[in-house]
Amino acid sequence: MSAHLSYGRVNLNILREAARKDLREFLDKCAGSKAIVWDEYLTGPFGLIAQYSLLKEHEVEKMFTLKGGRLPTADVKNIIFFVRPKLELMDIIAENVISADKMHSPRDFHILFVPRRSMLCEQRLKEQGVLGSFINIDEYILDLIPYDSDLLSMESEGAFRECYLESDQTSLYHTAKGLMTLQALYGTIPQIFGKGECARHVANMMLRMKREFAGSQTQILPVFDSLLLLDRNIDLLTPLATQLTYEGLIDEVYGITNGYVKLPPEKFAAQKKQGEAGKDLPTEPKKMQLNSAEELYAEIRDKNFNGVGAALSKKAKIISAAFEERHNAKTVGEIKQFVSQLPHMQAARSSLANHTSIAELIKDITTSEAFFDNLTVEQEFMTGVDTDKVNAYIEDCIAQRDPLIKILRLVSMQSVCNNGLKQKVFDYYRREILQTYGYEHMLTLNNLEKTGLLKPQTSTRNNYPTIRKTLKLWMEDANEQNPNDISYVYSGYAPLSIRLAQVLARPGWRSIEEVLKMLPGPHFEERQQLPAGLHKKRQQGENRTTLVFFLGGVTYAEIAALRFLSQMEDGGTEYIIATTKLINGTSWIKSLMDRPEAQTL
Amino acid sequence: MIRGKPDDDEYWNSSKFKAFTFDDEDDDFTRLKESKRAVNSILVEDEDEEDEVEKVNWSGEPVGSISWSVKETASNIRSTGEVRDLSFPKIDTAPSLPKNSSGYSLSSLFKGKAKTGSLQSFSESFSEQSLRNYAPELRKPKSEYKDYISDWTPEETVKRMQQGKAYSLEKFHFLQDKLLLLDEAVNAHDGNVITAVLIFLKKSLSKEILFRELIAREIALRHYIHYLKEMGEHKHLVELFKSLGRTEDMALMQYRDHLNIKDENRRRDFLKNCLSLPFSQEDATHVLDHYTLLERQIIIEANDKHVESSSQADIFKKYPRKASILNMPIITTLYYSCFYHYGESEGTYSSPANIRKTFRISDKQFLLTCLGARAKLKAWFDVDALFTTKNWLGYTKKRSPIGFHRIVDILHKNNAPVQVLQEYVNLVEDTEQKISLAQKYKCHDVIINTYRDLKDRQLLIGYREKVERSSPEYRKIEELLCNSQIRWKN
Repeated sequence: MSAHLSYGRVNLNILREAARKDLREFLDKCAGSKAIVWDEYLTGPFGLIAQYSLLKEHEVEKMFTLKGGRLPTADVKNIIFFVRPKLELMDIIAENVISADKMHSPRDFHILFVPRRSMLCEQRLKEQGVLGSFINIDEYILDLIPYDSDLLSMESEGAFRECYLESDQTSLYHTAKGLMTLQALYGTIPQIFGKGECARHVANMMLRMKREFAGSQTQILPVFDSLLLLDRNIDLLTPLATQLTYEGLIDEVYGITNGYVKLPPEKFAAQKKQGEAGKDLPTEPKKMQLNSAEELYAEIRDKNFNGVGAALSKKAKIISAAFEERHNAKTVGEIKQFVSQLPHMQAARSSLANHTSIAELIKDITTSEAFFDNLTVEQEFMTGVDTDKVNAYIEDCIAQRDPLIKILRLVSMQSVCNNGLKQKVFDYYRREILQTYGYEHMLTLNNLEKTGLLKPQTSTRNNYPTIRKTLKLWMEDANEQNPNDISYVYSGYAPLSIRLAQVLARPGWRSIEEVLKMLPGPHFEERQQLPAGLHKKRQQGENRTTLVFFLGGVTYAEIAALRFLSQMEDGGTEYIIATTKLINGTSWIKSLMDRPEAQTL
Repeated sequence: MIRGKPDDDEYWNSSKFKAFTFDDEDDDFTRLKESKRAVNSILVEDEDEEDEVEKVNWSGEPVGSISWSVKETASNIRSTGEVRDLSFPKIDTAPSLPKNSSGYSLSSLFKGKAKTGSLQSFSESFSEQSLRNYAPELRKPKSEYKDYISDWTPEETVKRMQQGKAYSLEKFHFLQDKLLLLDEAVNAHDGNVITAVLIFLKKSLSKEILFRELIAREIALRHYIHYLKEMGEHKHLVELFKSLGRTEDMALMQYRDHLNIKDENRRRDFLKNCLSLPFSQEDATHVLDHYTLLERQIIIEANDKHVESSSQADIFKKYPRKASILNMPIITTLYYSCFYHYGESEGTYSSPANIRKTFRISDKQFLLTCLGARAKLKAWFDVDALFTTKNWLGYTKKRSPIGFHRIVDILHKNNAPVQVLQEYVNLVEDTEQKISLAQKYKCHDVIINTYRDLKDRQLLIGYREKVERSSPEYRKIEELLCNSQIRWKN
């Protein structure tokens, strides 16, 4: 289940174990049988930490989804609410508790806030008159969740909105806390680099927290050599672009949530039928877990989609050759050996079948005219073509009432690539959008303006071209099959954020001072003292390990680019990635919309 | 800051504080050492559990995963309704997990929480047993603890708040102290603590003073605004925005409330009230349009409902309305108007011409919307009229603000017959584009005529292979190829 977490450069299973330990401790605090009432949102993130079996071991006998009205019947001593600190959830809890009280059932109520308790929520419970009903109000600090062998996520959807729109820095505080936890487990990180306002805040908080814990230095040899903190708003462009890696496209098309993807079942039907002859075709979406525990997936997920077909067919040949081996097995010993490998081979085969199906689904989309047209416009913007005019394709998309988010993604991209749109162009888009999708989207447009995604030009100077040239953000003839540069992840565009990481590793940020000044927020370097005797003596040729933390979200394509850098022969640096949330352009824009559910189209 | 000095000094010099603050730290320290040991032990221990084979159900979710189990229990409830004795979800439990014996826990790292059995300081045990006395107004410090609580500096108070320990804010009587406390909370960047302090200030300070102080404290101000939004204290928020001079924000925030109003008449009245709010010039126009639109939608809806139910107009009988027009975007409303109210005079609210004028719809948008609606009704004559212009000599000509290739696409989407399609394909100026469109939509005549005009015999011969033998197209090509009048270029 979690073995794959241990295989990376840094054993992230340690972190997972620590989180599990904490959960067990809390459960044991509520002695006796228990039922957990879940804030549904949390089941996903918790699934990355623990299985039901763990809860059951600690006398959790029933689990429910948090809903208004009466609690379902459960013959247990304790009722525990696992919730995010959200006011609306408090009202539901109060409803539950009040109706339960009426029935005079002698049960103990507890609340576990994830990731932090909140005074606001407790105040609300008090107003509802139920605060006194709780025996335990506690918090479960789930800051950084191990997502894969080189990936940590806080799974905090609202982080970008809170930081850059509402200027609520609570999630930064959680980030700093999470990083302190990491340092407690993996040793003090000697060097901290950063770019952006939020990065600066997090670094300040870390240094401050370290001072407060002075004297309680961890005596652990540092696993990380450096930490790089990056604000999402120094690179607004990258998430807007359509990701072109296999994993990135799966996320763009179907959306990956907490490591799972739901796929249309049709393509998987045939396979299933063989096993259970004649059963009805499934109508429920097929849910699949995606992580490096699956060998094949680990191999292909970061490839450009145009290279996936070849990799799959190569794999198919290897597997069928392996199955053919049975004809060569003559002696009992050979047969025995063949049989012993069968489970592994069968797993590989079903994995191959699954990914072939997914690749087919994706291919239907990537080969469509609509996808091609959209990509063409994106690439024009990224190379700086006609970003100062109203774009005919966007106009057409609005006229056809394509999904609003698609429009917002494109218009924002044009704005970012032009350092703000000309007032006339800006007004034109705004009017078209409001007339076609409804005036209430004025609120969303204002949000996009405040975060800098879609704004009118304030200065006449557009420095995007300078940034593009200096950082080589556009590479002609990106090699999609055998990449030699990170630009392969967007078939030509090299993500700005990752270029910054790359330049930092070699030759250093001093070489790009000018460009750094054009990006928002300060850039900085801090050093943290290590206790004597913990200085690492680097072997000749040994790679450095850098933790890159994206404040406000990171895309799968950016992760792929960092993995590519880790694997470069002469790269010299291996990367572990952490983020507040895994995002794509759609989920990102959605998080900035006011009431996206009120969308009419 | 000046007033904070004596407190600070007192804090650092007084021995009674040292006693337990350092206790706390010690506690953290031992915990950390423990954790290291624990961490090391985890590495060896976790093997057997991880090798277990995962069971996956059809939907791909591992059987036994949390969300799966929740669903299992939940579906049980739904299907059986009020059944009392809910049986435990049947799960193949894997071999039980080895109990992890490490004494390490994440939260204990930073919270300074005491472990049972270890020596607890006084304050620790206090905070342990009264965890729910966390929010500021909830706690009623018992008198015997009072000296301990009342002497903390802002810094120490904030620290204790962050650590979830007992604290008191009541002792911060003076404005200066309160502000120091706020600054300290802001420095800690912990939104939870900042909010708690703000709630305290809101209760204990007059609005004027609070607002004045917040203006100088951007971060605290943002948290305060967020808090008021969360709590739905709009009146208070409006006052705040006013005193800040942030009138546009205030206007937008009030406008946003219309989304919560379901009843269309009340929503309209609400929007009408919004008109007087200080929006930016641009937004003010949009809000006015929004109001006007809803006002007209209500009139049109009432009228059409009546007409439809009394079967007065054929159009509603032939194409019954699928949904109400209320709260639809303006373009959708225009489409509706072009569908059901085409040809009405500009004087009526429901006429396309009136809507076009009132809402300043661009020529392109108007044409596209109109075209969509009329094509849907297969009113090809109306479609034709949309593009027809007469010059001063009375000749007619077809013009369009949008390329004719787009018009063809839209017509095709609405299942226009080939005769209609080819008329517009012919209007496409670029020959290459014209051919490719004609091929896409099988307008044989257009292709054949174009090849003829190009005098390209080879292409024509090639195309002959693509059409069905003995079809009219085939015969037409044959005839052309035999025509000796044409001077083929190849």
